[in-house]
Amino acid sequence: MAVQKNSLDTNQIGGVRRVIINIATFALLIIAALFYLVPFAMVIINSFKEKRDIIKNPFALIGAGGFGVENYVKAFKQMEFLKAFGNSLFITGLSTLLVITLSAMVAYYIVRSNSVIGKVIFAMMIASMIIPFQSIMIPLVSIYGAQLNMLNHRLSLIFMHTGFAMSMSVFMYNGFLKSGVPRSLEEAAYIDGCGKFQTFRMIVFPLLKPTTATLVILNAMQFWNDYLLPSLVLGKKPLFTLPLSTYSFYGTYSSDYGLIMAALVLTLLPILILYFFLQKQIIAGMVAGAVK
Amino acid sequence: MDSLGRTTGDKIKSFFMFAFPGTFIFLCVVIIPFIYGFYLTFTDWNGVGAIKNIVGFENYAALLKDVDFWTSMVLTLKYVFLSVLLVNIVGFIFGYLLSGRILAGQNFFRAGFFTPNLIGGVVLGFIWQFVFSRVLVQMGKGAGIAFMSKSWLADPDKAFWTLVIVTVWQLSGYMMLIYIAGFTGISEDVLEAASIDGATGWARMRDIILPLMVPSFVICIFLTLSRAFMVYDINLTLTGGEPYGSTRLVAMHVYEKAFTARKYGIGQAEAVFLFAVVAIISGIQVYLGKKREVEA
Repeated sequence: MAVQKNSLDTNQIGGVRRVIINIATFALLIIAALFYLVPFAMVIINSFKEKRDIIKNPFALIGAGGFGVENYVKAFKQMEFLKAFGNSLFITGLSTLLVITLSAMVAYYIVRSNSVIGKVIFAMMIASMIIPFQSIMIPLVSIYGAQLNMLNHRLSLIFMHTGFAMSMSVFMYNGFLKSGVPRSLEEAAYIDGCGKFQTFRMIVFPLLKPTTATLVILNAMQFWNDYLLPSLVLGKKPLFTLPLSTYSFYGTYSSDYGLIMAALVLTLLPILILYFFLQKQIIAGMVAGAVK
Repeated sequence: MDSLGRTTGDKIKSFFMFAFPGTFIFLCVVIIPFIYGFYLTFTDWNGVGAIKNIVGFENYAALLKDVDFWTSMVLTLKYVFLSVLLVNIVGFIFGYLLSGRILAGQNFFRAGFFTPNLIGGVVLGFIWQFVFSRVLVQMGKGAGIAFMSKSWLADPDKAFWTLVIVTVWQLSGYMMLIYIAGFTGISEDVLEAASIDGATGWARMRDIILPLMVPSFVICIFLTLSRAFMVYDINLTLTGGEPYGSTRLVAMHVYEKAFTARKYGIGQAEAVFLFAVVAIISGIQVYLGKKREVEA
């Protein structure tokens, strides 16, 4: 237990009352935590059981049919887990890389050029942030499907992910560049003979690291979990990302509970593992992304 | 000294070097489709060919007559209202209980409440479908509670509430983190001064803490509003719009109008209407929030 001076707890009267309140709070939080974590636990314990046992009693830790990993073996094969995982990784990775690089450059231009066109770009991006995705998806399919015939390519999805994530990323880099990056370093680099792009890459971009970390987390999470846009762009099974393959797997095996549970756990696992190791960074990133 | 060029040629070069690639993709993916979308609402495009006939305001007339659309719009407004309210109440309470207070397992609670946020709506919907259709039913039967012994997903009213429950479960942990950041930012001097002036308990909450938390409320309400209006994944995988199409929210309706019924023009007209509603509501909310902000 950390002992810290804290701002919301300056009320120092009433020792017993304080203790009772603390215990009540703690009990309340435990109940709430159960509500938050039990669904995960249910999925995990039932993923090791046979369908019959799940229907009979979903609470039993081990079913009458015993503890088995057959569900995992079958789900892994049937949903082509490695393929879907690879697609997700490729799409998330490349989209994140692109949006980070390009948005940092756009924001750099907007802040440093101080030009009319920079201001126009910025205003347009801010205004676009209130457009719901549903208002764009139909024309998007019309343009990229019926006219340009660009659907069913992973690179098209990467292109679109990048475009949709651009405004928020530019907005955050813009804020950081304005407040946190002094010009004097860039000027020194010029005097030393650095070119414009080299200055950006070697001097400016490394200074943006805190914002970059936040944006990597926010964007990668969004890309990894997205369902609607990928479902519109990728119609062929070999191209499916994890959410798409989970969805189609569920459609095929919806009554085979054990198998479904195993597939859900397989989909959850990569994120939960990442969260376990990067908990602090992820939480800090999500908060910074919202507050700015 | 201007770091991005002094001569006109130099400035143009900088523009193409830095601003052009990102802006180009943004225009191609967001702005052009958005504008093109308005054009689509005046056509009878069927989704396949290149043939589009201009039909004037017919799609907007069809929108006005589309009873299912208005049903889903009303349902969505009800869903958004309840979700925003409950997510923020729960998030605020968690945030209050878990900020700064000396409590065992604080980090465990924070991390636990936040976990659902990391997971995509598709998977969350399936998890809860299992919980509502099997686990809860089993519990209800075992304990003899009639209210729980039939699947909530089979009853129109309860199925709607399952959407709200899962939304609260998913988003409140995220809002909790933002409220924690807000509570941590409240200056200790202000609270001390307040307690010297005799403000304790509810008075302290109402007159000191709540006004100072307005910026956090603005952020949280904005985030939950836009998320709730656009919800699709959970709707699709938890209830699928069922039973009898009673839980079809507006995003799902627009999707089905366009991609299932192949009435792209009407679907897009409805999407444009949705955009207008979202724009007006977020505009009002940001305006009211700014007015109420207090300098600490």
